[in-house]
Amino acid sequence: MLLSLAALGLMTLDNRQKLPEPVQSSLSAVVYPLHLAADLPFSFFDFITEELATRRQLIEENDRLRTQQLQYAARLQRFDALERENIELRQLLQSSYEISETVLIAELLRVDLDPYTHIIKIDKGSRDGLFMGQPVLDAKGVMGQVDGLDPFSSVVRLITDPGHAIPVQINRNGLRAVALGTGDAHRLELASLPNNADVQVGDLVVTSGLGGRFPQGYPVGLISEIHIDPGEPFARIALAPSAELDRSRQVLLVKTRSQTPPPAEAEAGDEEPAETAPAEASS
Amino acid sequence: MNQVRHHGGWVVVVSFLVALLLVVFPLPEGLQHARPQWVALILIYWTMALPDRVGAGTGWLVGLLQDLLQSNLLGQHALAYGILAFLSIKLHQRIRVFPLWQQALAVMVLLLLTRLIVLWTSGVTGRAPDTSQYWFASVTSTALWPVVFLVMRSVRQRFSVR
Repeated sequence: MLLSLAALGLMTLDNRQKLPEPVQSSLSAVVYPLHLAADLPFSFFDFITEELATRRQLIEENDRLRTQQLQYAARLQRFDALERENIELRQLLQSSYEISETVLIAELLRVDLDPYTHIIKIDKGSRDGLFMGQPVLDAKGVMGQVDGLDPFSSVVRLITDPGHAIPVQINRNGLRAVALGTGDAHRLELASLPNNADVQVGDLVVTSGLGGRFPQGYPVGLISEIHIDPGEPFARIALAPSAELDRSRQVLLVKTRSQTPPPAEAEAGDEEPAETAPAEASS
Repeated sequence: MNQVRHHGGWVVVVSFLVALLLVVFPLPEGLQHARPQWVALILIYWTMALPDRVGAGTGWLVGLLQDLLQSNLLGQHALAYGILAFLSIKLHQRIRVFPLWQQALAVMVLLLLTRLIVLWTSGVTGRAPDTSQYWFASVTSTALWPVVFLVMRSVRQRFSVR
């Protein structure tokens, strides 16, 4: 009886307001060894295959990576020039522009968490400078945000989680919207766009940077389906995420200069409404 | 006397750890919903075998660990497993004498009940799974019950856990 009450209390506390940071992180640090143990056979297998890779395979891979790097470097040169030009133009307009973003690479732990929410576990934690709400990307697009932290690992909520919403805009014309997770790993939905909105199948959707959580301009997905029913106030627009949400092994954690790790509880306080408000709207 | 009565507690702990490990062990995409409720199975076994040592408190604790492992709402499984252990202790004298297949049926009811409690709690907080495959786990767990029971019994006899 007492235990049930304790469980209920705990649930309410966890749901209404996040548990105090140190409690939560130390609790989840307790189970970290178990997660590592579950991951162990797989990382061991990886290690073995790497060790046994033949010389020829390594050379081939090396070649491929080198050409790829060259291509990217060439593309970056142009990008640098464009960025400088962009900053100058923005200075003329007297608007600010975020440039420096530091990126940290983390690896997925191969463990299965709750199968009915879209969350993944990665092997970097608050010890590596991660913070709540930090954007997570993979090589192709936005994956999600950090939603649980302990010193050694963290939980990432993917953009397809039913409780997740991300402010976006359409790259072609700058039309702003909010992309809601649907619980399907290959589908997001754009909320509240009118029937006559200028959207076409194949449009690239990028983060808009509104809300201050995600940096601007990272690809979120491509419009995959538009369903317009004149009887309904809003068009139903589906989006195919560009990040490989269920395949990526490595993820990138972005930190823009304005987003420093929370100094104190100040951040935790104003964090909550930003995240739950869209979540509640969706449910 | 005390020494004799309490023997082999580490076996219980290890069995729960293994069960928790199996809960997060990665399965292929399609089998996600069929993952047996390992912790619940082990909990039912121990509450039936050692009702004076493993009880609602133990259930609550391993439930909390499972919540942490799966990083879902804290306390969901703690509540469910606490109630599960309580019921299974209430019923253990009856279930224990059943033949194995009948035991499995009783276990299925208990497992479905835990599943239901977890579904309620996640429903109240607005994260209910919207698929009927949710219940499939209880079926696979029930099918596994005889195996779990036999294995655990031989383990218990081997290490003479009392």
